[in-house]
Amino acid sequence: MSANVLYDAPGPKARLRNRIYTVIGSLAVLGLIVFAVFRMHDKGQLEPEVWDIFNNAGVRNNIRDGLLSTLKVFALAGVLSLALGLLLSVGRLSDHRAIRWFATGFIELFRAVPLLITIYALWVLILTYQNDLGVIGENSAFWALVIGLTVYNGCVQAEVFRAGVNAVPRGQVEAGYALGLRKSQVMITLQMPQAIRSMLPTVISQLVVTLKDTSLGYIITYDELLFAARTMANNIIVNGENPITPVVIVVGAIYIVMCLALSSLATWIERRGSRAKTGIRVAAAAEPAEAPQVLDKPVSPVVPPTADSVAVAKEAASTEGATSTDGRTSTDGTADGAATADGGASEPPEDTPPPDLKK
Amino acid sequence: MNVLLDHLPEFREGFIGTILLTLASGALAMVLGIVIAGFRVSPVPPLRFFGAAWVTLFRNTPLTVLFLVAWFVVPVIFMPGLSPWTKALLALGFYTSAFVCEAIRSGINTVPLGQAEAARSIGMTFFQTLRLIVLPQATRTVIPPLSSIFIALTKNSAIAGAFSVTELFGVQKLLSDKGFDIAWIFLWVALGYLIITFTISGLFRLLERRLGVAR
Repeated sequence: MSANVLYDAPGPKARLRNRIYTVIGSLAVLGLIVFAVFRMHDKGQLEPEVWDIFNNAGVRNNIRDGLLSTLKVFALAGVLSLALGLLLSVGRLSDHRAIRWFATGFIELFRAVPLLITIYALWVLILTYQNDLGVIGENSAFWALVIGLTVYNGCVQAEVFRAGVNAVPRGQVEAGYALGLRKSQVMITLQMPQAIRSMLPTVISQLVVTLKDTSLGYIITYDELLFAARTMANNIIVNGENPITPVVIVVGAIYIVMCLALSSLATWIERRGSRAKTGIRVAAAAEPAEAPQVLDKPVSPVVPPTADSVAVAKEAASTEGATSTDGRTSTDGTADGAATADGGASEPPEDTPPPDLKK
Repeated sequence: MNVLLDHLPEFREGFIGTILLTLASGALAMVLGIVIAGFRVSPVPPLRFFGAAWVTLFRNTPLTVLFLVAWFVVPVIFMPGLSPWTKALLALGFYTSAFVCEAIRSGINTVPLGQAEAARSIGMTFFQTLRLIVLPQATRTVIPPLSSIFIALTKNSAIAGAFSVTELFGVQKLLSDKGFDIAWIFLWVALGYLIITFTISGLFRLLERRLGVAR
């Protein structure tokens, strides 16, 4: 292992010590696993009959149906939350004070309230006016879940989009106005496409949160994966008890696989985007709720820019003469002033390799 | 309006329940998160593997599933007879520890390598480097993410209310079952959460300002 912040490259003594720790650590991890398996065996959770339930077509159909309704909620809530997010972000950036205040208030309120509280309130509300609501009333839990997820995640996505729009260099907007574009044209053709491109990893990470939060349907007794599995486990009796443990393990594994697939998509896009030499910086694939720097300063890295990020910015400045505003201001964007202080931005383009060498 | 005044004791109890649960599981998450982050940056492969597995497992599992595990799997297999409060504490603490661990790890990784190399080359020991060079810098980058992690934890603690732990969501559920107007209940419960989250972000901003240095 090479050196990092905490350790130098290990010498012979440290290597020996690390090898000893490796053995002890492996034993400890193995011991934990063995202990868990042993306890499960002890409590009869590893009996063949307990796990045999998954060979039953009915059980598998139940899990499949639950999975499908989870995905149904996720798809609907995901699409709607993106739409609401776009709308709210535009509203929050609006020039009209009333619209801006309304959007800001809406976002701040629903982002601060726990999702479960919103979903439950919506559920009770829909149940109360069930008869007047038609389609929504018949499927109260489903719509409560979808609307709740839409509202909460829409607010978070709005903040993500807003951060993306703010990361678009001011000069581009001014250039757009100078060319005679209207406000809506600047937003639609100039700011939003770049904002969405740079924020895509974060947006997808928030979709992972949406997917995870569909499991709140369990609490308002909507028939999604978790609730379906739990109800099913309550109706099966193997060896004198409900096989909750295997069912929860299987359902948990399904959730983990789905979330991992989606978040690896986000990381892939982030990595692909960070190779791009033009445009504003692609944000990190982090959940916006847990990584505020994604929202606060989407384009400024936490650390001072490394040599190669400045090089990338310089290269962006030197390529594409046609969009020189893009290149110049994207240096500001990528390095967020720090590079400008270093003189990185004002560096003449001659000392970067000519762009055609790369191609 | 009357809902709040008539049921002030319930609201107070729920409010305090939420605060206590958040504080306790926040403390557990911090301890676990620091330990696991230590594992993740250690030079020992099995510990790194354990840390990575821990983070992957808890970050990608919905909290509701963890609550189900804490309620129906842990008592059966590991220790029976835990109180609901302890089980909620475990589920929330373990879930949040994964996020805390990631925040701390990325905080450590933002410390420039040259700093540690300089420290070592003037003869500092490992613990001196850690105490005087790495941790002071890492702490400052870790504070803003930690603030939002604890705010998320406060909001996540609502799920405990659905599993019969006394806290604000439990109050909402109880009162709406009694047939009070949901809009008012929602408003007061939301206000309760707003107070807690604003306090957390205020405290962390204060901390940030106290620790802030000119760079």
